Amino acid sequence: MNHFQRAAVFLAFCICLGAHGAETPRAVIARAILTQDAAAQRDLVASLAGQGDDVIPELLGAWRTDAIFLYRGEGGTIPIQLTGDKDAAGAQLAIRVDDGSPLKGADGKPRRVVAGEMKTADHTSALRRAMKAVVDLVDVVSANPAKRLAAVEAFGKAQDASKLAVLESRRPVEMDEKVARALREAVALIKLNDAKPEVKLAALAELKVLHTLSSTDFLKRTLKEAEEKKSPDVAAAARSALVAVETHRSFVDLLGTIFRGISLGSILLIGALGLAITFGLMRVINMAHGEMIAVGAYTTYLVQNVFGAGITIPFFGLNLHLGGLNLTGAAYQWYFIVAIPCSFLAAALVGIALERSVIQFLYRRPLESLLATWGVSLVMQQALKLMFGSNNVQVGSPTYLSGNWTLNDIVFNWNRVFVVGFGVVIVFGMWLVLTKTSLGLLIRAVMQNRTMAACMGVRTTRVNMLTFGLGSGLAGLAGAFLSQIGNVGPSLGQNYIVDSFMVVVLGGVGSIVGTVISAFGIGGVDQVLQQYLPVWAPGLGWVPGIGSFLQNLAQDAAVFGKIMVLGGIILFLQWKPSGLFATRTRSLDE
Amino acid sequence: MAADASPSAVTRRRNEIALLASVALFLLVVMPLLHATGGISTFTITLWGKYLCYALLAMSVNLLWGYTGLLSLGQALFFTLGGYMHGMYLMRMIGDLGQYHKPIPDFLVFLGWTKLPAFWEPFANFPFALAMVFLVPGVVAYFFGYLAFRSRIRGVYFSILTQALTYAASILFFRNNLLLGGNNGFTDFKFILGHSLVDKDAGPVTLRGLYIATALAVVAVYLLSRWLNQTKFGLVQQAIRDGENRVLFSGYATTHYKLFVFVLAAWIAALGGALFVPQAGIINPEEMKAQNSVEAVVWVAVGGRGTLIGPIIGAISINVLKSWASRAFPDSWLIILGVLCILVVLFLPGGLVSLPERLKALWSKWSAPAPAGEGNEIKTAKAGKTEGLKG
Repeated sequence: MNHFQRAAVFLAFCICLGAHGAETPRAVIARAILTQDAAAQRDLVASLAGQGDDVIPELLGAWRTDAIFLYRGEGGTIPIQLTGDKDAAGAQLAIRVDDGSPLKGADGKPRRVVAGEMKTADHTSALRRAMKAVVDLVDVVSANPAKRLAAVEAFGKAQDASKLAVLESRRPVEMDEKVARALREAVALIKLNDAKPEVKLAALAELKVLHTLSSTDFLKRTLKEAEEKKSPDVAAAARSALVAVETHRSFVDLLGTIFRGISLGSILLIGALGLAITFGLMRVINMAHGEMIAVGAYTTYLVQNVFGAGITIPFFGLNLHLGGLNLTGAAYQWYFIVAIPCSFLAAALVGIALERSVIQFLYRRPLESLLATWGVSLVMQQALKLMFGSNNVQVGSPTYLSGNWTLNDIVFNWNRVFVVGFGVVIVFGMWLVLTKTSLGLLIRAVMQNRTMAACMGVRTTRVNMLTFGLGSGLAGLAGAFLSQIGNVGPSLGQNYIVDSFMVVVLGGVGSIVGTVISAFGIGGVDQVLQQYLPVWAPGLGWVPGIGSFLQNLAQDAAVFGKIMVLGGIILFLQWKPSGLFATRTRSLDE
Repeated sequence: MAADASPSAVTRRRNEIALLASVALFLLVVMPLLHATGGISTFTITLWGKYLCYALLAMSVNLLWGYTGLLSLGQALFFTLGGYMHGMYLMRMIGDLGQYHKPIPDFLVFLGWTKLPAFWEPFANFPFALAMVFLVPGVVAYFFGYLAFRSRIRGVYFSILTQALTYAASILFFRNNLLLGGNNGFTDFKFILGHSLVDKDAGPVTLRGLYIATALAVVAVYLLSRWLNQTKFGLVQQAIRDGENRVLFSGYATTHYKLFVFVLAAWIAALGGALFVPQAGIINPEEMKAQNSVEAVVWVAVGGRGTLIGPIIGAISINVLKSWASRAFPDSWLIILGVLCILVVLFLPGGLVSLPERLKALWSKWSAPAPAGEGNEIKTAKAGKTEGLKG
């Protein structure tokens, strides 16, 4: 019997066993340990192959590492595993291998065993090989598709011909689509190593159909070997399979770039929307906008701690203690949902306080409001540092925001998808507020012409206050979401402030639509440059004088891309000085 | 300018000249003499040298913001660019005395270079480096200013764009690939024009020389600003600040005026940066951060924008305060600066320079409380009218 046949027989055998449900894996292993005949022992162990029970690798692993003992007691020899700590006499509690229950003495109480009462269960090298074959296959038939997938992929990458029979036998029974695909790939990859050219060709044809990204290296190697061995048809097949893979790769890259562009655009948009109100509508340069974002992020952090163990905040010698609810599990996961309105409110309140105390005096002096709010931003940054420390704080992701979703090799992170969705919701909400509510009407009236609105009886001070509060609250919301994507530290806002201003300026100050479009435009261009600059840059060597410099810089595609975006915005403003969507006005100095 | 003829204006002018001459004398002669005789330490005189470099930066901000109404949040960029150009010369002067004892700067050795990159080659020549100190910031300012002013980007949009420019440059300068030292920048300078900066005996003398050069530069820029103010150019400049459209419609090409002022301000800032580097002993991209640009604007606001002496007073007083407070209250310094900034904007728009007049006004109000009644109101109304006519 060769390896494959033997494995197939085992598999058939175990399927029968499973169908009858005659013996649990534990019982089989216990029996195998007690069996004296080496060949029978091997067959018993091998009979476990193809069963997906997690107890098999655990017990066989214990056996291999001499952690299973034979206890000679009243009822004959019993295989056991030791558990718990040793007591003063060196005795330990034990678990029976055959059913997993605690070992009991004659009196029915758990029995402690000492070293003299037992001996190690032995194993030969042939037996260890049989065990390894079984353990390797456990994951392939595991009930968990993710485990199956990982195991199958590992076999494919190892190109281990001994696993071929098992993989082939799984193909008809595998129901999960992803795993089935991985099985086909693994089989084809293993067959690539086959000496016969026709098998190789079939494998290459299969890989061409599958065009998985993971097969690239194997295809390249096969191509090289085929060229060395002068077998043109294999080389041609490998080349065409590689082309299929590369086509697929560029497609994946493109879609991935588009998705990342959209998600970056949403991040920029969320950061800039608050600014579109305070700067765009109110014409107040709020340099503390970034700190409003930070307030939102820290509020999320606070809410998370209140849901957890509580937190103490030192501030100028005072210690403010917030008790924790000590929630766990699903209830704890709600913290993020609660944090969203809290962030909005916290930032809105800070914003209103700022408007009342400083900004209301500076509506006619925009450049000076810039300076004053810069002062506010310094104070707030330092206050955050004193309260929460200058290091980043940990804001965890709730379970429903972690993880990702892979579709056709394109990775969609949940938090990014969520940010995109949130961006849509928030823009829609803002549009509703501004166009469908009476507050929105008042806001638009006051922002268009403050004096005229006041003459018509609008309480402009109140509207100013609420508008500024709304803009700041939106910044707070941005903070809550950015806490899921980046680090939360006292200088969090500084990282977004320049980008946010650029988004608003490019979109056209005062235009929400412009802000949305420019955010996605900047996000998209930035990601495209990041993705493709490393591809294009090597071709920039021809530029006289600075060619090598350009090639060199493009290694930092992220930074260079960002600089190009900023330069592009400045150039764009040459063409449209007031941004994408300029608000029409008859006034000269707008 | 008819008021110049009146006797009070003459005395005021005489007072101003006397005050300025004594300040200049103090900075230029008394401080170096005190240092030479051991009255103040080398640390102190270098510190004051740095303050004066900041004063140059503040004067460049004031030229733009105070006199032309252009709030640039990118002056730290030109300051740093000037510093980098001079820093490249100083790095070449280290020769093979660096850590690795190679003829190229240490950070290049660290990055795996064995030969000097071509653009570093000419910087061993001081006149070339000096030309670059002005040329590079000037060219950057010219192109940026040309693009910005041509499309009539003004007011806060101009501020935001200058900030973005500075931000872009700073992330660029943080990269090692630019071959300008990455985030460590340039440091460990040894010689300038053959004079040692670190030698126990020769070092203080060199630093004193640098201090005198800086003080001279401050006086020269002050005189230049003063002269510029009195020319027709200065008047157009201030008219642009007060009502650009009117100037434009009167037939002046405001773009050219603004562009010239922008480049001139970049040169002044670059001069400050170039003098700063050997005295501070280090230049790195931190100097370029947006915060430094805004801080320079705050010096001007605190000192008094649109006045000649205000930026110098502001830069020196805030930096003296900073040196003291960041040691005495390291946690609260930024809060102090922030609050100061808010208070000045809200309550003292004229800055420290306007403080004596404000106090005088308060004093006269307090010391001579006029009897309540109609008389008083009429008097103030009359005074207001005459003031109005005079202006």
